Amino acid sequence: MSAEKPVLLSVEGVTKGYPGVVANADVSFQIRQGEVHALLGENGAGKSTLVKMIYGLVKPDQGRMTWRGAAYAPPEPRVARASGVAMVFQHFSLFEALNVAENVALGMENPPPMGALAAKIRAVSDAYGLPLDPSRMVGDLSAGERQRVEIIRCLLQDPKLLIMDEPTSVLTPQEVEILFRTLRQLSAEGTAILYISHKLEEIRALCDEATILRRGRVVGTCTPRDRTAREMAEMMVGAVLTPPEKGAKTEWPQTHPALEAANLTVNSPIPFGTSLKGISFAVARGEVLGIAGVAGNGQDELLLALSGEIKSDEGMVKATGVGVGRLGPNDRRRIGFVAAPEDRLGHAAAPDMSLVENAFLTGAIRKGLTNRGFIDWAAAREFADRVIKAYDVRTPGSHVAARALSGGNLQKFVIGRELSQSPDVIVINQPTWGVDAAAAAAIRQAILDRASEGAAVVVISQDLDELLEISDNFAVLNEGRLTPPRPVQGLTMDQIGLMMGGAHGMEEVHHVS
Amino acid sequence: MDFGSINPFVLVASLMVASVPIILAAIGELVVEKAGVLNLGVEGMMIMGAICGFVTAVETSNPYLGFVGGAAGGAALSLIFAFLTQSLLANQVATGLALTLFGLGLSSLIGQSYVGIKPPLTPEVPFGPLADIPGLGVVLFQHDWVVYFSILLIAAVAWVLKKARLGLILRAVGENHEAAHALGYKVQRIRLLAILFGGAMAGMGGAYISLVRVPQWTDGITAGAGWIALAIVVFASWKPWRVLVGAYLFGGITVLQLNLQAAGSSIPVEYLSMSPYLITIVVLVIMSSGKGRALNAPAALGQNFHASR
Repeated sequence: MSAEKPVLLSVEGVTKGYPGVVANADVSFQIRQGEVHALLGENGAGKSTLVKMIYGLVKPDQGRMTWRGAAYAPPEPRVARASGVAMVFQHFSLFEALNVAENVALGMENPPPMGALAAKIRAVSDAYGLPLDPSRMVGDLSAGERQRVEIIRCLLQDPKLLIMDEPTSVLTPQEVEILFRTLRQLSAEGTAILYISHKLEEIRALCDEATILRRGRVVGTCTPRDRTAREMAEMMVGAVLTPPEKGAKTEWPQTHPALEAANLTVNSPIPFGTSLKGISFAVARGEVLGIAGVAGNGQDELLLALSGEIKSDEGMVKATGVGVGRLGPNDRRRIGFVAAPEDRLGHAAAPDMSLVENAFLTGAIRKGLTNRGFIDWAAAREFADRVIKAYDVRTPGSHVAARALSGGNLQKFVIGRELSQSPDVIVINQPTWGVDAAAAAAIRQAILDRASEGAAVVVISQDLDELLEISDNFAVLNEGRLTPPRPVQGLTMDQIGLMMGGAHGMEEVHHVS
Repeated sequence: MDFGSINPFVLVASLMVASVPIILAAIGELVVEKAGVLNLGVEGMMIMGAICGFVTAVETSNPYLGFVGGAAGGAALSLIFAFLTQSLLANQVATGLALTLFGLGLSSLIGQSYVGIKPPLTPEVPFGPLADIPGLGVVLFQHDWVVYFSILLIAAVAWVLKKARLGLILRAVGENHEAAHALGYKVQRIRLLAILFGGAMAGMGGAYISLVRVPQWTDGITAGAGWIALAIVVFASWKPWRVLVGAYLFGGITVLQLNLQAAGSSIPVEYLSMSPYLITIVVLVIMSSGKGRALNAPAALGQNFHASR
């Protein structure tokens, strides 16, 4: 159907290299007017570099682009925007201390005066069912609302091509539905959309065409509707993927659950954080509890309370029936707890310390890396090297500072470090955030392996597919409260959506026409 | 000057004059910090402005050109800071401190043959009969042009930061340089311009000290005014009009201290000399005890930006 429409943007043989890496090699593809085109690929496949060239942030070394048949080489984003290219960034390009209207104005070439702009924002946001108050501070908005700011900023410029880099990673299923409705409306009006995501089911639901990148090259194109998610994932990775296998269930003899939270209530130590309110759950040995929820609903605090960084009343956290709420992180490690927080650089790892030192920091107790109070460097190094090898961490060596690793690699290291400590209780926040498909599968497999060896696992994640794949029980964290855990088997998406509390006041505006 | 009792009108008028150098330097530094750059070299830029302004005014016998020379001297020194921190990505705190020490040394080298010379007089702006209004005339209409310029400058900076697109971009760069870069703003260029503006204003403030306040050249003539300007920016929580309040407060204490000394007060002057800094600490404590972003500091303050990929 899109075949009859004229070509909007054509990219021919574009190559871009950085010292030591080729980000894009001889990449060619076309986007037609009104087409929703997916760009698929693992982390580091060159998707972001490619769209940055289209948006004028990066200049290609070779190759050319044409826009509506004419040569197109934007030297800076201003020129790209003037041609009709707009972009919603993966990490929002918003300014927290400025209000919505000011944020929108910063992304426009010739913004009207603030009063007129505010009126325009209201008009456009109503037309696309994305309500937004122009005078609110962006710092006070939810992730979904922030994304609206970005989208409306783009829409005000009447774009011909809208680039979206991983737009749904922070949204609830209902918010995703609203976003897709907006995108379909735009597509019907003739705006082409270049959609980057690794959520293959979303791409199947939304996109007309897909171009698949691997290590900077185009390795295939397909029509997502006609393929399964599995087929597309294998094209991305270039290998056959095996879904994680749950080990045979062992019935562990036990009188008490390995980990139990009983009416866990603590105040958040984080500014603007969410306090935990009466959280109760129990995880038996060999069991995986998946906890979903939109970021900022108490995930960080729950991890802190379980790892021992926030102390609670003695009986609020129990390990095999014994209250451990008053114990700090090291005391909890001693009895078999390990925890991997979400913030890798700064919380899970000390950025300027080497991998050996970082391995020592959490592994010292369970791996016995000290000798009469002194650090046993040889043992620490050996432990770090073992983690690097077992979890395929790509680094020149264990002497490298944590900061120097890419996000995905550091994530593999941090998770590997915790899982290698033969734990009894594992608490992980966002285990595969920013990790590519193959590595994510490996991490999930490792978590399941630990579970089948008898560990009790709590996985906090915003990736529902991931949770449904590895969890035995499923619960949702919402404004610091946890829904009662339910078995994953037989749970439908609608039920999950309801557990997540609908769309968090993100209902569409139903305007009377 | 009345010795027994201090004339309040004269006191106000002289505090307005006393606070001009720190108003100029502080409003310049405010713009710099709003762009996300922490330049601790204000003292160095001020004293460079003081000597360059003095030399220019003496050589040309033109007090107005003296202020232009002072601004140029301050801006020239700030260019070194801009090059080191924006191009070479040097640490801003260390570079700023080095700038101050360098400026103090270089200024006394330049100033060696200018000690003991009188600069040309900077005249009052003639307001005619207005200047003769009792009380009010002394306070409002018997000043030189720089006093009025400094207040207009605050109004201009306040307006630009709040209303103009230029100010919006400046705040955006200071708030989140990554996002500003992603939107296509030239972070380093904008910061460079802000640093030059800050340098020029500090230099002009310095020139005011050597041409009007003192008026002659001696080594270390700025005597810590640059540090006070830095404190005022924080004290004002990065809001232009509060800079005026802060500068008058600090300037007022300086004047009061001189007057009290002259009046033979029994309070040791040291208490008054340290009070501005004590007040700054107290204000900081009060402001930071509130929740959230009460301090209002630009989020990217002091962080260097390098566009990667």
